[in-house]
Amino acid sequence: MIENRPFLNILAHLVLIFGVALVALPVWVAFVASTHTATDFSSGTIPMWPGPHLVENYSRMLDAGVSTSGTPPVGQMMVNSLIMALAIAIGKIIISILSAFAIVYFRFPLRNLAFWCIFVTLMLPVEVRIVPTFKVVADLGLLNSYAGLSIPLIASATATFLFRQVFLTMPDELVEAARIDGAGPMKFFRDILLPLSRTNIAALFVILFIYGWNQYLWPLLVTTDSGYYTIVAGIKRMADAVDGLPQWHLVMATAVMAMLPPVLVVVLMQKLFVKGLVETEK
Amino acid sequence: MKRTIFRNQLLPWLLLAPQLAITFIFFLWPAAQAVWQSFLREDAFGINSTFVWFENYRRLWGSAEYLNSMKVTLIFAVSVTVLSMGVALLMAVAVDRMLRSTRIYTTLLVWPYAVAPAVAGILWWFIFNPTVGIMPYVLGQMGIRWNHISNPDQAMTLVVIASAWKQISYNFLFFVAGLQAIPASLREAAAIDGAGPIKRFFTITFPLLSPTTFFLLVVNIVYSMFETFAVIDSTTEGGPAQATNIMVYKVYFDGFIGQNMGSSGAQSVILMLIVIALTVIQFRYVEKKVEY
Amino acid sequence: MASITLDNVGKVYPGGTRAIGDVNMDIADGEFIVLVGPSGCGKSTLLRMVAGLESITDGTVKIGDRVVNEVEPADRDIAMVFQNYALYPHMTVRQNLEYGLKNRRTPRDEIARRVEEAAGILQIGQYLDRKPRALSGGQRQRVAMGRAIVREPAAFLFDEPLSNLDAKLRVTMRLEIKDLQRRLRTTSLYVTHDQLEAMTLADRLVVLNMGRVEQIGTPLEVYRKPASTFVAGFIGSPAMNLISSRAVPHLPGSAHAGLLGIRPEDLVVDPAGAIELKITAVEELGAQRLVHGLVGGEDFTVTMPSDAALGDSLTLSVPAQALHRFDKESGLRLD
Repeated sequence: MIENRPFLNILAHLVLIFGVALVALPVWVAFVASTHTATDFSSGTIPMWPGPHLVENYSRMLDAGVSTSGTPPVGQMMVNSLIMALAIAIGKIIISILSAFAIVYFRFPLRNLAFWCIFVTLMLPVEVRIVPTFKVVADLGLLNSYAGLSIPLIASATATFLFRQVFLTMPDELVEAARIDGAGPMKFFRDILLPLSRTNIAALFVILFIYGWNQYLWPLLVTTDSGYYTIVAGIKRMADAVDGLPQWHLVMATAVMAMLPPVLVVVLMQKLFVKGLVETEK
Repeated sequence: MKRTIFRNQLLPWLLLAPQLAITFIFFLWPAAQAVWQSFLREDAFGINSTFVWFENYRRLWGSAEYLNSMKVTLIFAVSVTVLSMGVALLMAVAVDRMLRSTRIYTTLLVWPYAVAPAVAGILWWFIFNPTVGIMPYVLGQMGIRWNHISNPDQAMTLVVIASAWKQISYNFLFFVAGLQAIPASLREAAAIDGAGPIKRFFTITFPLLSPTTFFLLVVNIVYSMFETFAVIDSTTEGGPAQATNIMVYKVYFDGFIGQNMGSSGAQSVILMLIVIALTVIQFRYVEKKVEY
Repeated sequence: MASITLDNVGKVYPGGTRAIGDVNMDIADGEFIVLVGPSGCGKSTLLRMVAGLESITDGTVKIGDRVVNEVEPADRDIAMVFQNYALYPHMTVRQNLEYGLKNRRTPRDEIARRVEEAAGILQIGQYLDRKPRALSGGQRQRVAMGRAIVREPAAFLFDEPLSNLDAKLRVTMRLEIKDLQRRLRTTSLYVTHDQLEAMTLADRLVVLNMGRVEQIGTPLEVYRKPASTFVAGFIGSPAMNLISSRAVPHLPGSAHAGLLGIRPEDLVVDPAGAIELKITAVEELGAQRLVHGLVGGEDFTVTMPSDAALGDSLTLSVPAQALHRFDKESGLRLD
C-alpha cells in the first residue's frame, strides 16, 4: 500500500461487507425459508430469522421427498449427482491426461489432426448441439443410465490443454534419464509423470467435480426415470410441481442441499480451487 | 516441442482413442447432423424431409420471433457482463487495498462459483416471488409493484441479476489476480508523480488491467450466451411474451418442444458460428499459448 | 567396460540441416574423452547420439563390438549425467539411485549393495532419504553421478555436468570427477564448452566446430600443435594471436603469405625483436597483466609479469618453435 488513507480503507471495508452480504443474501433467505413451515409463508410476513423446523424439513426431504412432484427422495438424487459428478470428473481427467501424454511425448502421423479434433470441442457446447446429441444418446440406448449421464460430457479440450501445458514445462532431461534408466513410455507415465502432476490433477478435480455436479440441461433430457434424477435437475421439476401449491420451505431445503457439496469443496479446498480455475483458463 | 520422444506409433493412438471416440460420437457427429438438419424441411407428420438449401436460414431472418430473440440475447449478455464485471472489479479493487483480511474476504466472495446456475435461478426466483418473496415486499414499500410473471422488463431484470450474481466470484478472482500482477513500483512511481488514488486507478491500474478485462469480457459473453440456459429454464422459461427467450433457449424449445428440426438445426449452426468466432477472438487476442 | 567407436557418424535433421558431419573416433576402454567446442557446435548432439537419445542418420556407433545405432538407450549399457541433473523430484535420493536397477530387475540385495557402495564413494550416505529439493547444488551433482555409478555401465556420458555450479564448487567437482574416473576406469565421454575443464579432465580432447571434428589429441598436443585456426583460437586463454604475415614483415619465417599464430605467453621483450606492439589497453590480473594493442594495425595481446615496466609500445620477439603457421584460405596448420 502506498499511503495510509483511513477514509479509503473504511470505504473499502464497507464495499466488501456490502458485497459479501449481497452474495450471501439469496442463500440466507433460502436457508431461513427451509427452516419454517408452509403456513409461515402464507401469512404474508416474510421471516428473516431461522425457524424451528430445520431438522424436520431436511430429514423429510432426504428420506421421502415430495411425492406429488414425481421426484424421488433428495438423498437418492444426491447419490445420483455424486455418481455423475465423480464419473465426469474422473473420466475427464483420465482421458485428457492420456491424450495429452500422447500429443506431447510421441510423434506420429496425423498428430496435428488429432489435436484439432480435440480443440474443436471447445467450440461445440452441449447447449448448441443439444437436439442431435440427444438423438445419438437415445439411439445408443443410453437414456436413463449413469453412462448416458456422464460419458457424453467427458471429452475435454480444456483439461487436455492443461495437462499438455504441464507436460511441456517438465524438463526434457527427465524423460531422457528415465529412458536411460530403462523405463518405457507407460512406465515413465506411471512412475514419473503421474506423481509429478499430482497437484494439477487435484486442482482440476475440484473444478470438474463442481462442473459435473452442476450439470442441468443434460440430466434433464436424458433422465425420464425418476430413479436417475440428479438433484440440480430435480429441483426444477420440484419447483414446477409445487408452484401451484406453494411448498417453498421444502424446495429451499432441497436447494440448500443441492449447493452444499460443491460449496464445501470450494471453501475447504480454496487453494486447489483457485489454482484449478486459473490453470484451466490458461 | 519435446526434444526426446518415444518412438511407438500404435501406442499414442491407443492413448487418444477414448478422447477421440467421445469427440466423434458426441461432438462432431451431432454437430454435422445439426448442419445437415438445417438444410432440410420436414413435412407436417415428420415422415418425409426435403432438401431446401438455405430456406430455414432465410425464414429465421424473416422471423420476428428470432430477431427478437437475438435482441433479447444481446441485451441480456451485455447486462450480465457489465453488471457482474463491474461489481467484481469494485470488490477486487477494495480487496487489493487490504493487507491482512484479503483471504477471509476472498473466501466469503468466491463460493457462489460452486452454486449451479439452475439453483441460482431458483434462489432469486424465490426472493423475487410476487407473493412470498422478500424483494417485492421491500419494493412495495417503495411504491414499486413487482411481478416478473407478467412484466417483461422485470423478468429480464430478474434473470440478469441471477446470472450476474453467480458470475461475480469468477470475475473477482481473476481481477484480484490481475491487480496483484501489476508491479507495485508502477503505482508508487505514479504516487511520487503526484497522482491521487482515483487518478492512479484510471491512468495506471485500469489500463494495465486491460488484458484481464478483455479476457473476462469474452468469458462472460460466452457464459451469458450459453451457460445461462439453466437460469432461464429454472425461472422464466423464456417468458413472459418471449421477453427472456435467449437464443440458446430457443434452440432447445423449438427442437424439443416445438419439434421443428430444420429451424432448430439452423439456429444451432448460427450459434456454433458465434462460439467459433468468440473462441477465435479469445485465442487470437487473449491466449497466445495454444498455438501449434 | 568397453571401447566406443564412431565410424563416419553423421546426422541430418528432417528439414535437411546437417548437425553432425562425418565423425570418426576410437575411444579406448577406460579412456576419458572430452568433447569441447563453442555452443551450437554439435557436441551435445553427438553425445546424445551415442546415448541413443538422438537418431543417427549416417555411419555407425559401436559400444564394445556391438553396433548400437538402433538399440534403445536403456539397452546400450551406458549411464548419463545431465547438466540439470534430471533427478526425479518426487523420489528420495535412494529411490533415484535404485530406479534404473529396479527397471532392470536387479536382485534386491544387489541393488542395496551397489547403492551403499556408490553412497560411500560419493559421501552422500546421510542424504539417502532426502528428496532432491532438500539438497544443495553440489549434493545433487553427486547424486546424479551416483545414479550413473550404481549402474556399473560400460561407459559414462557427461553432458556439461558442472555448468550449473558456482565457480569454486566447479573446481572441486572437477577434481572429484577425475579422481573417480581414475579409480573406476570406466570409459567416459564428457561434453563441455569450458576449455579449462576440457584440458584438465581429458586423456584426449575432441575439438568440434560446426558439427565437424577439428582435432583429436591429448591436451598438450592440441595446445602445442593446434590443427587449425579455430582450435588455436579456442584452446588456450588468453586466446592465441592470429595475424597476417604482412603485419610482421621482419619476423623470421613470416615470408609465406598466410596467417601466423603466436600465443600471448610465448612472447618475450627483446629490443632486437621484430614485433612492434602499440599499447592501447592494460588489464591487471594480479599474477600477470594482459597488454592489448596493435601490431601492424591488427589486434594483438601479450601476457607480461605484473612488475614489467610499460611505455607506449613494446618490442617483442618469439622463439621459432612457438610460431604457428596456418593457411589463409582453409585455416589449416602448415607443417
